[in-house]
Amino acid sequence: MKVMAQMAMVMNLDKCIGCHTCSVTCKQAWTNRSGVEYVWWNNVETRPGQGYPRTYEDQERWQGGWRLTRTGRLRLRAGSRLKNLVTIFSSPTMPAIQDYYEPWTYDYDTLISSPLTKHTPVAQPYSLISGQPMKISWSANWDDDLGGAPNVTQNDPILKKVSDEIKLEYERTFMFHLPRICEHCLNPSCAASCPSGAIYKRSEDGIVLVDQDKCRGWRKCVTGCPYKKVYFNHKTGKAEKCTFCFPRIEVGIPTVCSETCVGRLRYIGLVLYDADRVLDAASTEDEHELLAAQRSVFLDPDDPEVQREAEAAGIPHDWVRAAQRSPVWKLINRYEVALPLHPEYRTMPMVWYVPPLSPVVDQVQETGVDAEDVDTLFAAIESLRIPVEYLAELFTAGDTVPVTGVLHKLAAMRSYMRDLNLGRDPRPEIPAGVGMSEEDMYEMYRLLALAPYDERYVIPPAHSEQAHQLEELVTECAVANVDDGLEQDYAGVSGPFGEGSGEQSQPIAVETLQALRTRQTSDESWGPPDKHRRVNLLNWDGQGMPRGLFPRKRKGDVDE
Amino acid sequence: MSGASTLDILLWVVWPYVCLAVFVFGHWWRYHYDKFGWTTRSSQLYESRLLRWGSPLFHFGILFVFLGHVMGLGVPKSWTSAVGISDHLYHLMAITIGAVAGFCTIVGMIILIYRRRTVGPVFSATTRMDKAMYLVLAVVILLGLANTVGQVIGEYDYREGVSIWFRGIFRFSLHPDLMAAAPLTFQLHGFIAIFLFAMWPFTRLVHVFSAPIGYLWRPYIVYRAKPEGRLGSAPTRRGWDRSDLKR
Repeated sequence: MKVMAQMAMVMNLDKCIGCHTCSVTCKQAWTNRSGVEYVWWNNVETRPGQGYPRTYEDQERWQGGWRLTRTGRLRLRAGSRLKNLVTIFSSPTMPAIQDYYEPWTYDYDTLISSPLTKHTPVAQPYSLISGQPMKISWSANWDDDLGGAPNVTQNDPILKKVSDEIKLEYERTFMFHLPRICEHCLNPSCAASCPSGAIYKRSEDGIVLVDQDKCRGWRKCVTGCPYKKVYFNHKTGKAEKCTFCFPRIEVGIPTVCSETCVGRLRYIGLVLYDADRVLDAASTEDEHELLAAQRSVFLDPDDPEVQREAEAAGIPHDWVRAAQRSPVWKLINRYEVALPLHPEYRTMPMVWYVPPLSPVVDQVQETGVDAEDVDTLFAAIESLRIPVEYLAELFTAGDTVPVTGVLHKLAAMRSYMRDLNLGRDPRPEIPAGVGMSEEDMYEMYRLLALAPYDERYVIPPAHSEQAHQLEELVTECAVANVDDGLEQDYAGVSGPFGEGSGEQSQPIAVETLQALRTRQTSDESWGPPDKHRRVNLLNWDGQGMPRGLFPRKRKGDVDE
Repeated sequence: MSGASTLDILLWVVWPYVCLAVFVFGHWWRYHYDKFGWTTRSSQLYESRLLRWGSPLFHFGILFVFLGHVMGLGVPKSWTSAVGISDHLYHLMAITIGAVAGFCTIVGMIILIYRRRTVGPVFSATTRMDKAMYLVLAVVILLGLANTVGQVIGEYDYREGVSIWFRGIFRFSLHPDLMAAAPLTFQLHGFIAIFLFAMWPFTRLVHVFSAPIGYLWRPYIVYRAKPEGRLGSAPTRRGWDRSDLKR
């Protein structure tokens, strides 16, 4: 047994309203730069839908992830190492910019500099790739909320698998939203595809990162990742991907997408797993068994033997404690309501999902029947095969049994809690019917429905004994490197050997996350310790000398 | 070295050493100064229909051209004769393989340059350094192919001339006179190629030294620990140094 810790996420899809706040804040924080205009580390897809990039789930076409050879060995779907190297000069299955979408901006200047005209001036869209005027015909969310259905939706690779069952008649249309980030897999095929070895998995918390200094732009990771969550920065010529906001995680605050999630549907926590068994689990022959195999790789942090092994592996005590409190561990292995996205890609993804019951509830509600009644819901789950089979193609490689099981639990929770909330006698047979105790059902309700901040995010800071070293003074001027004339702005300035070459000031450490955390968790309005002595020069009218304009004299200071 | 004019010494002794020094020191400097800029700067995201043909043709072509140069410049004539390869056989091989490889390289290069000029996004991602490098590279390759094809009709045996001069540079046994006696196209090819080496570290050609051969042996998944005592993304630079002054 080799215990390792993994920072993981669960998203409760029932609560996602598709507001895209996660995407927008992530974009603002991380990919608001030239070269990655088309990149959304976090995106929210409407399902059914083609996804982003279009039809990325069609692995026959895009060749992502792993497959089993006839002898049962795990092999990159894109081919052997040798094939990977031989095709390095022109990657055969890399998505083009049009498969994502061509990013654009508008000619805003027309609006400002237009002379007085009869008609309102119009800002034309311009491509950010070619600089030419363009006709916008696709974007990261073109099919949002089933926009363009059924013509666009037809191309959903998942829908194709279950399509005989489905007629996309509008009255029977169902949909839900699927937010996606990098899966930070236990068996990442992007890392395995990287010829330079620039993509690595951090041994402390399992976050998968691209070493920007080692990446040589071979583009193999883009093909290798079945979720298409590694992107090519076309200005710097390097691969970039979701970092799980590691600078924030390291000081114990959640990722930007989680922090800003309006529906409070994201959970972050640690999972301990046995690194020695990952390969075996990923090589499980029957795709339907992959879910159980991955669950079996996770280790129970309450097991004394696991705790001993974790200590031997150098995992700090507070991390094991955090793993015990981890909402992710609870949702995956204790309540067993979270499922991985596309386990059949065999990458052992670590962002899991609680599948949505709402498509079922909505349909029941429309018929006028009591949509909170457990028997009605159970019957509906059975009879409404479309949502279940679709969900199964997403989360369990097509096996409907686990999906039905999860939906039953969610339905049971609804019914059971309604009795409690209405002051009726609770019916213990409801949780018992789905194999849960009343306490567990209530705890699960608390975690899923109430979702208190401290229980949603259980993030132990990286090595708390070092954490004080991280504190940078947020009150200090952010204009660093003033003494170094060679330094350039991060965004959009060409270096001597092309965009982004030369030494860069790093965007990550600009905000002092430690101070951010202090501010966020403080009971009072937070400020620097000498706040009361400071003067806001923007409000100063230049008259007189307000108190605090100059620092107080200390004893021993001598006037000149 | 006796009998060589000052110009010959400048062209065939000083020039190679200066350029090689720039080549070596330039790479060292670039690697330390600009690891982040050390990339292939692929433009496949913009366009892949032309690239699919042009890039492999050019790259595999030039790999064989490189191997040909290793044979022709690096291996003395006496060695090949010792293993029983006659001059005639050698030249037949060199000319056929060289011509095919050179032809592939040229065709690939034409496709790539055409693509670079006509595909808007690719052209706008082209730096001035790229353009200069393409020009020099194209001239070197054209001259080289001319030399190879010229072997069919020509009399000049470069293995008795250029090759000895080339090896001499690394063995400090200098023969500028051999180069001075070579045909003009060989002189030009050599002179401009040496200049290309001086340009090398300052262009995208550096990606040649990143050829990821190690991928064949390394484990699939790379694990890496956080650097000791440092969190966040990058080493703190001078501008970010935390003050230890007690206030």
